[in-house]
Amino acid sequence: MSEKTYRPGNYPDLPPPPGTVGVYGWIRQNLFSSISNSLLTIISVLLLYYLIDGIIGWFFLDAVFDADSKIACRKINDGACWAVITRRVGQFVYGFYPEAERWRIDITFLTMFVAFAPLLYPDIPKRKWLLYFSVFYPFFAFVLIMGGYFGLQKIEYSLFGGFMLTVILGVCGIVCSLPLGILLALGRQSNLTVVRTLSVCFIEFMRGVPLITLLFVASSMLNYFLPPGTNFSILVRVIIMFTFFSAAYIAEVIRGGIQAIPKGQYEAADALGMSYWQKTRFITLPQALKISIPGIVNTFIGLYKDTTLVVVIGLLDPLGIGRAALADTKWNGLSTETYLFVALFFFVSCFAMSRYSLWLENKLNTDKK
Amino acid sequence: MKTKMLLAGVTAGVMFAGSVLASTLDDVRARGKLNCIINTGLAGFAAPDDKGNWTGFDVDFCRAVAAATLGDADKVNYTTATGKTRFTKLAAGEGEILSRNTTWTFSRDVDLSQTFIGVNYYDGQGFMVPKSLGVKSAKGLDGASVCIQTGTTTELNLAEYFKGNNIKYNPVPIETNAEAQELYKAGRCDVYTTDASGLYATMMSFDNPSDHMVLPEIVSKEPLGPVVRHGDDQWADIVSWVLRAMMAAEEKGITSKNVKELAAKDNKDKEINRLLGKDPLQGLSKLGLSPDWAVNVISQVGNYQESFEKHLFPLTIKRGMNALYRDGGLHYIPPIK
Repeated sequence: MSEKTYRPGNYPDLPPPPGTVGVYGWIRQNLFSSISNSLLTIISVLLLYYLIDGIIGWFFLDAVFDADSKIACRKINDGACWAVITRRVGQFVYGFYPEAERWRIDITFLTMFVAFAPLLYPDIPKRKWLLYFSVFYPFFAFVLIMGGYFGLQKIEYSLFGGFMLTVILGVCGIVCSLPLGILLALGRQSNLTVVRTLSVCFIEFMRGVPLITLLFVASSMLNYFLPPGTNFSILVRVIIMFTFFSAAYIAEVIRGGIQAIPKGQYEAADALGMSYWQKTRFITLPQALKISIPGIVNTFIGLYKDTTLVVVIGLLDPLGIGRAALADTKWNGLSTETYLFVALFFFVSCFAMSRYSLWLENKLNTDKK
Repeated sequence: MKTKMLLAGVTAGVMFAGSVLASTLDDVRARGKLNCIINTGLAGFAAPDDKGNWTGFDVDFCRAVAAATLGDADKVNYTTATGKTRFTKLAAGEGEILSRNTTWTFSRDVDLSQTFIGVNYYDGQGFMVPKSLGVKSAKGLDGASVCIQTGTTTELNLAEYFKGNNIKYNPVPIETNAEAQELYKAGRCDVYTTDASGLYATMMSFDNPSDHMVLPEIVSKEPLGPVVRHGDDQWADIVSWVLRAMMAAEEKGITSKNVKELAAKDNKDKEINRLLGKDPLQGLSKLGLSPDWAVNVISQVGNYQESFEKHLFPLTIKRGMNALYRDGGLHYIPPIK
């Protein structure tokens, strides 16, 4: 045996002993380091196998994607019966909006991204021009969806439903409640007694009343208060209620942001001789809004999901459409499939909002980098 | 109680203001569409099909009124309402008819200032059991566990019925119909009780409906019918006679298939002639309807039997109390003369 000898300090780094590195090493160290660990691993793998096998089987392999009814589904295979979704996907997306007019919804939805792009992404090229479109967009969307102008067929609000209704309620509520919430937050911090009292009363009342109550007020009570004949659509009434409700929460979130700003900032602004509006625009709001982003998005996601509550006043959001589909004798009993599909839709939208908020936070997080 | 009175008062006020403007029939004709308030989804009574068209027993009645007043059964706008919002929607004028399996009770008729124009479906609380339980009558349910929705009239009916018959039972309180279905399927309760039509719909949602049965006993009265607002008798008459025309058509054997033929010839039964506009029906002009109103209803929607068989037979609901009087049921309509 010839052992190579090295001078002190010149000994080379030897490779680690075999069985401690690489995939094999990792498995040995983490999964099979002892007898009990090995047993646990084997049991878990078996459990996972049965679970995933069952789930994939139910979701995809044994599932039926097109059939005439639940009974027809069951004849083909015993997995999920997605036919209830595929046959009714139009209803889930557009509600009862007439089929020939659905392109109007498609266009409104696609242009929505164009209108929102300059607001959501400040670095976008040609932002100024796009902003003009954003200002013009609400009118454009209203005319296109409701119709009645420019030779477009007028569509009754009672035909609205499905994801389209959720998006309309959610987007209108979110867009309107942010500015209102900011004003309320500023009003609550104001030195003017009347403004402050009114803001406090509004916020406390809206936060103190359950959303369902407000929706009932929108659907029933407003009819009694308004003079007969002023029949403005329930959709508008519900949007107003959603806006008020979420504005109260937004106001409190932003107030938290405002109060987190060190007092020295205000004193510096005062020392510079800034007016109230200058101070608000250049000192208070940029910092307060940045701090409150997670809270604001949190409120928005809550609002978006709360739109499902309109079911109780008889508007058919995706959940309502799903329940109506289950009331059809052909599809009676497929509740798991229906609810999973609706859940997927909400998850995708809410997850997108949450990702955007993270991106925005990182982008604006200039002082803590 | 005070709020209820206030509500009733305001409702009456709103309706008074509404009735001064124009008659309901004129409103409907001017609009060219009938606004009908229906259920958000109840198997057999109102549910959208795959193409988004509402169908069902209650929906058929909306279509019948549209056929009688506008000549076209498709000219209906449907507004959906939940149990809680239906009456205010009707009072606020969001619809001319509430056709939403609504139970006719004293306080709804009187206190809420509405007019129930008749009964189109006699429902009642029943019991569903698995056939494997081997029970043939509700009297044999001694010691059974019963799934029951809390805070409903069904809870009270159940207690009264079982107490009256000296039967012991274990109530399993639940909140919603969906929850009840799951518990019943899992065998947590032997019996599920709610309105019989609801029991049949629940049964059809099971994978093996034939393993279950609805017991013959019906323990409460739930007469369901269309509702209109107080204050326009002409409209209430129109709506109620449309319902009676559908039943009369069944009684006289007039169906959507033979109605055109019968309307064209002189029938021996003069009542058929009057109904189908061959012979004059005195007072029809007061209703503001054209002589072919019933022909439109029957040819486009069908008679009562056709509507019933189309929508409720798939749920295995039998005619039972809803048969005509001559077949042992409760539907007995005044003569058309």
